[in-house]
Amino acid sequence: MDLALILSTLDATIRLSTPLLLACLAGLYSERAGVFDIGLEGKMLAAAFAAAAVAAVSGNVWLGLLAGIAVSITTAALQGAAAITLKGNQLIAGVAINMLAVGLTTFLGIQWFAQGGRTPQLKAGERFTEIQLPFAAELQGVPVLGPIYADLISGHNLLVYIAFLAVPITWFVLYRTRFGLRLRAVGENPKAVDTAGISVILLRYQAVLITGLLCGFAGAFFSIAQGSGFGNNMTAGKGFIALAALIFAKWKPVPAMFTCLLFGFLDALQIRLQGVEVFGVGVPVQAIQALPYILTVVLLAGFIGKAVGPKAGGVAYSKER
Amino acid sequence: MTDPVHNGDNPAQRSQRTAAASSDLAIELIKINKRFGAVHANRDIDLKVRRGTVHGIVGENGAGKSTLMSILYGFYTADSGEIRVNGTPHAITDSRHALALGIGMVHQHFMLVDNFSILENVVLGAEDSAMLGPSLARARGELTRLAKEYNLDVNPDAIIEDVSVGTQQRVEILKALYRGADVLILDEPTGVLTPNEADDLFRVLETLRAQGKTIILITHKLREIMAITDYVSVMRQGQMVETLETKNTNPEQLAELMVGRRVLLRVEKGPATPGDTFLSVENLVVKDDLGVVRVKGVSFTVRAGEIVGIAGVAGNGQSELLESVSGMRDQTSGTVRLKGTPLSLEGDDGAHRARQAGLAHVPEDRQRMGLITAFEEWENAMLGYEDDPAYGKGIILDAKAARAQARERIEKFDIRPANERLKTASFSGGNQQKIVLAREMERNPDVLIVGQPTRGVDIGAIEFIHNQIIKMRDAGKAILLVSVELDEIRSLSDRILVMFDGNIVGEADPATATELELGLMMAGVTDKKRAAE
Amino acid sequence: MSTAILKPLPRWADVVLLPLLNLLLAFIVSGLVVLAIGQDPLAALNAITTGAFGNGYNIGYTLYYSTNFIFTGLAVAVAAHAGLFNIGGNGQAYIAGLGVILVALPMQFLPWWVTFPVAVVAGAAVGGFWGFIPGWLQAKRGSHVVITTIMFNFIAAAIMVYMVVNVLKPPGVLAPESAMIAAEGRMPKLGTFIPWFRNTDVNFTLILALLCLVGAYILIWHTRFGFAMRALGHNPTATRYAGMSNSRIIMIVMTMSGALAGMVAVNQVVGVQYRLVLDYVADAGFVGIAVALMGRNHPIGILLAALLFGALYQGGNELQYVIPGLSKEMVVVIQALVILFTGAMEGLFRPGLQRIFTTLSPGQKAEAVARNTVKSES
Repeated sequence: MDLALILSTLDATIRLSTPLLLACLAGLYSERAGVFDIGLEGKMLAAAFAAAAVAAVSGNVWLGLLAGIAVSITTAALQGAAAITLKGNQLIAGVAINMLAVGLTTFLGIQWFAQGGRTPQLKAGERFTEIQLPFAAELQGVPVLGPIYADLISGHNLLVYIAFLAVPITWFVLYRTRFGLRLRAVGENPKAVDTAGISVILLRYQAVLITGLLCGFAGAFFSIAQGSGFGNNMTAGKGFIALAALIFAKWKPVPAMFTCLLFGFLDALQIRLQGVEVFGVGVPVQAIQALPYILTVVLLAGFIGKAVGPKAGGVAYSKER
Repeated sequence: MTDPVHNGDNPAQRSQRTAAASSDLAIELIKINKRFGAVHANRDIDLKVRRGTVHGIVGENGAGKSTLMSILYGFYTADSGEIRVNGTPHAITDSRHALALGIGMVHQHFMLVDNFSILENVVLGAEDSAMLGPSLARARGELTRLAKEYNLDVNPDAIIEDVSVGTQQRVEILKALYRGADVLILDEPTGVLTPNEADDLFRVLETLRAQGKTIILITHKLREIMAITDYVSVMRQGQMVETLETKNTNPEQLAELMVGRRVLLRVEKGPATPGDTFLSVENLVVKDDLGVVRVKGVSFTVRAGEIVGIAGVAGNGQSELLESVSGMRDQTSGTVRLKGTPLSLEGDDGAHRARQAGLAHVPEDRQRMGLITAFEEWENAMLGYEDDPAYGKGIILDAKAARAQARERIEKFDIRPANERLKTASFSGGNQQKIVLAREMERNPDVLIVGQPTRGVDIGAIEFIHNQIIKMRDAGKAILLVSVELDEIRSLSDRILVMFDGNIVGEADPATATELELGLMMAGVTDKKRAAE
Repeated sequence: MSTAILKPLPRWADVVLLPLLNLLLAFIVSGLVVLAIGQDPLAALNAITTGAFGNGYNIGYTLYYSTNFIFTGLAVAVAAHAGLFNIGGNGQAYIAGLGVILVALPMQFLPWWVTFPVAVVAGAAVGGFWGFIPGWLQAKRGSHVVITTIMFNFIAAAIMVYMVVNVLKPPGVLAPESAMIAAEGRMPKLGTFIPWFRNTDVNFTLILALLCLVGAYILIWHTRFGFAMRALGHNPTATRYAGMSNSRIIMIVMTMSGALAGMVAVNQVVGVQYRLVLDYVADAGFVGIAVALMGRNHPIGILLAALLFGALYQGGNELQYVIPGLSKEMVVVIQALVILFTGAMEGLFRPGLQRIFTTLSPGQKAEAVARNTVKSES
């Protein structure tokens, strides 16, 4: 077990946890405001498709990113309208969005690009590539710290840095701004917010739109940063792992980061362990794959501490008599 | 013995204050009207509240006090009438507007975020700017100042769910003061407080008044009115009956005004011939969903062939008492015995075991508990008794048999429309109540407990329901009746118990007890307390 | 601050009109999408319809798909009657396959009509167990059944992959699948008896599905337990008043729900594929949600909705051959829109319809006012 192996595993961890982190933070805003969102998967998928499609057609990665964000925000707004204004079932809305994204992305993919649902391979300027942080090459030679800086911290694409930056930003917004205070309040006791003269509906919409924004980044990561194009169902359930991470992190930004890193690590681990034998037995990678879900269930069951979500979550707010 | 609240303050001093401060009216309500559907909740209400005084508004449930204050606070809009704040008319559109005018409300059910600190709760909605830091800093300074000025000591960093209910209430008051409220409305503030906490509250109100704030206190407890208010307005059935200076009145007069001279609904009934004790409640202590103790060690018995009526204003523990005896709510301590055998009522299916032991329950809130309004009538006629073999063998439900039985009952109890297939939501209140009564009474229980039997029921059905209850008594059943309608209690009961603040504070004989006596007990003024004042 | 007092919709409008309106809207929106990409929506509709019902072969396949949707639709509906939202149908159906193959293989040389009932019991037991755990967690630990069933979907997938690839795959076989069931143990397809359905996959599980529909009807409306279930779904406070054990009801209902979903495994494993393969559920669990919503949780509605979605699936499969460029994912889009409009956006049509109905019958408006008044006691 040498440094290079550790570093490469950690490097993979960072890359694998980036979309989880973005989606997890996205869900945090909605759920803290009291709107349950199980449609993270769908929004990411839609954004991934839009980003790849526009990047391929326009040749410009930034337009692709913008398109991904726009689509995700629109989808989030639709989900929000169903939950907030029409006071519909938030969970069903999420399920519908997920299904809609799966169907529509493949459908339009086949229709527009005729490659069985894929978008065209993205060339150099059409995706986010590795960014070398300053002095990475120079510091490479420094023992231990050098490779850590040069290989682990530097050399990721833009969206990775955005994801990790989003953690302190979210923390700041949530705990140091007026908006964050009100957001947290409206998920616990919307009546208190309403009687304080603040619009519950406006706050919730704002939260939902931020969710859309972050899911846009998350989706774009799959297709125009990590990958070089959209493939059918490329989010592969990461939206649900992000949801699990959110619950596991008890809806807090910094624990969310660590949880996503943990889940990303588990993912990196199971890839590396495929086909490997430990003590003569094939490692059951599926067990590791299932670990995030199992951990979340254990937490929900209250066996390792309690996961108490925002009290007013999942219920549409109506001014009752 | 001096009243601990006033610290020796005597009526003369109080009257001086009322004279001096009476020059300006902080609030004036002129001919306020408000209807909800067919209910005329506020009828031509006039109210003058003088600045710098504590003005009490007293009345029974349904008198319209809360509605009136909700209009003042902007939660509702009056159908007609005028509101004047400091002499200027205003149309108060929402709570923000009311706050801007200096009117703040301390709700009966607190509007607090449980996992926020006190500081965060005070600041919510009244932040200075987008960044929280400066707002919190200013609020902290302001809270310290307010705490000193009004004796409202709190720890700004304490989390709401960790502090006592009394402290939570202080936070509500601080919220209003922080937003510059000059007029504070408190709605039944002592309902959730211990006696000590209530005294603390009164001290705070004293200080607020001394600093020139105006306080409107909504309550049904006459002790509080006499102890702290300068003026008191009595409301009854949507109307303002009278406004008096507290120094010029006394609990008896207020009780009479509250309860009114009404025509007693006399029910035809013969004398009771009570037999053995069927129901026995011993030292029952029950908490509500928030963990507040609502029944504080109640004991009483009900014998076969008698009706024991528990009188009292709603919110004094009657609901929790009923829920506990019927098996719906777990007890903290105490025993309930049916025909001598203790009942084990814990768990999900406590009510089932109570029924099997021979106890039937007509609940206070038929729509929330006693019926499933989406079900058809015959289905509700079975609710709670599905195990009855008459309804089918094994797991199969014999809908036909159930419906036939429902039809019989519909005839017997004159339930209209006479359609057992109709959705229960389509029946009127009176008929819904008959459905519940029929179901519970036809079980031939040994003990029947009934809560608010004629709430929301039209006149025609009231007499019928009362007669049914008497019939059951004459058949040798033990009946426990809980009602906020005093005349109902007086006309039906063979023995009256009065419940106040979780305790049985008195017993009365319906034949000899006057409305006044009962009204006083219901308002917490008992012989012992009056001797102390 | 006055809200219009609206009387609830008459039963027929609630059960038939609203779902149809939602379906219509779903079709219209899908049609717009088709139009936007330059195709003819009516031609697409025609292709789908013919693909679903055009001939015996098509009808046979439609019925085959509908079979699974009946099971998953019932699974969602049964839970819904008790107020629970079971979106774990996929996982429950998937893992039931384990139970089915583990009894089917040892018994594979026995006649199919011996194996079949045992497979049903095994599938129901394993699927039921997979529903029981989230039910227990909700009843006893307060864990939200939606989140736990989502998690269990993924856990089931992981278990199944492991089992198929590492345990059940016979040596020498390349594809990830279990051993094949011998000819005697395989359930015959209906095409063997009904020439119209020759070469289609519809099989005797369809009869089981119809029986389940009847059974569900009896359970929900003609048993004591069904009464308790529905009571809980409407009003948990009233069930506490009535002395019913809410936690017991929740656990039993979730078990039943999982067992129903598990029947999909019976269809696929002993009825069609004759072995355990990966991903044979193909999202039937989620379609079940659409079916239950459209069918208003009633067996007759579920039958019709299952047929509708089966037809959409089959028609969608044929669509790409008739109109190149329109792939079968169009059907998924329609499905998703149905779920969106019927389940999440009820508020879109209902108030408008209520308003129309209220104006049409002033007498009942007065009743609604009276009923509203009773609630306003203060």
